[in-house]
Amino acid sequence: MDGNLLAAQFIGGLTSAMSLFLVASGLTLIFGVVNVFNFAHGSFYLLGAYFAYQAVAVSGVGFWAGVLLASLGAGAAGVLMEYFFLRRIYGRAGEAGFQILLTYSFILILDDVVKMIWGTDYKSISKPVALAGSFSLGEVTMPRYDLVVIVIGLAVAFGMWAAIRKTRFGRNLRAISSNREMASSLGVNVPLALSLVFGLATALGGLSGAISAPVRTVTPGAGIEVIIGSLIVVVIGGLGNFWGALVGALVIGEVTAFGILFLPQWAILFSYAVMALVLIFRPEGLLMKRGAVR
Amino acid sequence: MRDDKPGAKYGRDEWAQWGVALVVFAAVPLLGKKHFVNMGNEILVMGLFAMGFNLLYGVTGMLSFGQAAYYGVGAYTVGLLLSKGVAPFWVALPATMAVGGALALVLGPLCIRLSGVYFTMLTLAFAEMVWGIVFKWYDFTGGDNGIQGIPMPEALHSPLRYYYFTLAVVFVSFWLIRRIVDSPFGAVLQSIRENPERTGFIGVKVRRYQLAAMVLSGVFAALAGGLFAGYQHSIHPDMLHWTKSGEVILMSILGGVSSFFGPLMGAGIIVFIEDMIGKYTEFWEIWIGGIMLAIVIFFPRGLIGTFDTWITRWRNHGKHAETAARP
Repeated sequence: MDGNLLAAQFIGGLTSAMSLFLVASGLTLIFGVVNVFNFAHGSFYLLGAYFAYQAVAVSGVGFWAGVLLASLGAGAAGVLMEYFFLRRIYGRAGEAGFQILLTYSFILILDDVVKMIWGTDYKSISKPVALAGSFSLGEVTMPRYDLVVIVIGLAVAFGMWAAIRKTRFGRNLRAISSNREMASSLGVNVPLALSLVFGLATALGGLSGAISAPVRTVTPGAGIEVIIGSLIVVVIGGLGNFWGALVGALVIGEVTAFGILFLPQWAILFSYAVMALVLIFRPEGLLMKRGAVR
Repeated sequence: MRDDKPGAKYGRDEWAQWGVALVVFAAVPLLGKKHFVNMGNEILVMGLFAMGFNLLYGVTGMLSFGQAAYYGVGAYTVGLLLSKGVAPFWVALPATMAVGGALALVLGPLCIRLSGVYFTMLTLAFAEMVWGIVFKWYDFTGGDNGIQGIPMPEALHSPLRYYYFTLAVVFVSFWLIRRIVDSPFGAVLQSIRENPERTGFIGVKVRRYQLAAMVLSGVFAALAGGLFAGYQHSIHPDMLHWTKSGEVILMSILGGVSSFFGPLMGAGIIVFIEDMIGKYTEFWEIWIGGIMLAIVIFFPRGLIGTFDTWITRWRNHGKHAETAARP
C-alpha cells in the first residue's frame, strides 16, 4: 500500500481523535470531580455544532467568533442542567442509576429541541477561507483545517493539565475529587466549583461539535454516536483519568481510520473489539492503577 | 437505586393484582376495536420485556442499557427462521429464548467485568454493536429494510387468536419470573442488589449470579421480541436501537421497580401515551424525556411505590393519632 495514503489516513485519524478527545476529556473531568457520568455529554457536542451553524451560517458571525459563542453556549446549557436538575439528586440513595436516567432524559429532550429549532435536514458550515487549502510536508499533504484541529486539541490537553496541576482552582478541584466534605469544611465553595466544572466540560463538548461542524455534516441524533464513541475512549483509557482520555482517543481515532481502509463496512466494529480486549485484559483501563475500579 | 428498607420483600399482597391484570387483558378484545387489541398486544409484549429487564434491575440491582439487543435478536430469530423457511413458528419461538440466553452468555462476561455506571455503559456499547451488525449485514438480515411478510402458522392467523396466545405466553412467563424471584436463587440476587460485597463475603460467587440474571433477563427479552415479530409479521433494526432500551427502563421506573407488576403498569401507561402523542406531534421524545425527568426528580419510587408510601403514611398517621389519644 502506498505510503502517502497511509500517512493521509493517519492524519485523518489524528483529527478525529482530537475531536473525540475534547468530548471524552469533558466526560472524564465531570466524572473525576463531580462524580457524575454525564450520559448527555454527546448532546452538548450536538448543541455546539448547531450553535456554530446558527452563528456562522445563519447570523454571519465570523468562523472563530462562532466557535467561541458555540462553546460558551454549550457551557451555559451545561451549567443550567447541573444547577437546576442534577444538583437535586446529589447524595440520594442509588444516585448512580438516577444520574444515568436524568442525563438520559436530557438526551431525548435536547434532541427534540434541536429538531424543533433547526429541523431534521443535514446542515453544514464552510471552513474559514484561510484554512480551506491544504498544507504539504514533504511528500505528505494534509488539509490545513485538520492541522488546526489537531493543534487546538493538543492546546486544550496542555491547558487543562496546567489548569488542574498548577492553579489554585485546579488544586481545589483535586481536593473536591478526593474528599468533597473535607474540601468544603476547609473553605472551598464546592457547589460553585461543581457548576464551573460542569460548564467547562460541556463547553469542551460544544467546542468539539463546533470545530467538527465543517468536516462532518450536522444532524440531530449525533449526540448518541458521540457519547458511545467517547465512552469507548474512556473505558480504554480509564474513566476519570485525563491522560487516559487522550490515549484512548488516539487509539480509537487511528483504529477507525485504518479500519475504514481495510474493511469499510465493518470499520465501526474495530473500536468495539479494542474495547472488548481492554476489558478482558485490563478492565480498569490502560492508564489506571490495577484494581482502581470495581 | 432502590431506597426502601434493606431486606424489603420484592412485591407483596399481589394476588389481587394477578386477578385484575388477567381479567383486564382478557377483556380487552370485548371492547370490539382492532386498535385496542393491537395496543393490548403491545402492552403485553413490552410488559414481558420490562418485567424481564426488572429481574436484572429491580431484583439484582444491575442497570442495563442494552436490553434492546436481546429483544431485537429474539425478533430476528423468529423473522429469519420463518422467512427463510428453516423452522416453523412453534420451534422458532422457543428458539428465541435459546438465542437470547446465548447472546447474554457472550456479552455478559464482558459487561460484568465492571460494575455500576461502567456496567450500564458497557451494556449500551455492546448493544449498539449488535444493532450495527444487524443494520449493516444486508445479505443476512436485510439491513435497514428489515424483514416483511413473516409467514405465520394457520392457527395463529387471526389477530384475536394471536392476542390470546400472547396473553397465555406472557402470563406463564410472569409466573416463572415470580417463581425465580421467590426461590433461594432469587434471594441471592436480591442480596446482591442490597450489598454485593457482603454477599461475596458469605461465599456467594457474585459474578456467576449476575451473569445468570443477565441470561434470564435476555431470555425473556428475546421471547418478547419473538412474540412481537409474530404479531407484526415484520421487523426492523429499530427494535434493537438504544431508545428501545431506554423505553423499557422508563416503563419499569415509571411503574416502580420494587413492585412485581410495576413494569407492566409502566408499559401500559407508556404505550398509551405514545399512542396519544403520536396522533398530535412528531416530537414524542421530548415528552418521554420530560416524563422521565419528572419521575427521577419527584417520584423516584415509581407510581406503585409512591402510592404504597402514601398508603403507609396514611395508615401510620392513624396509628400515631391512636397512640397519642391513649392516656
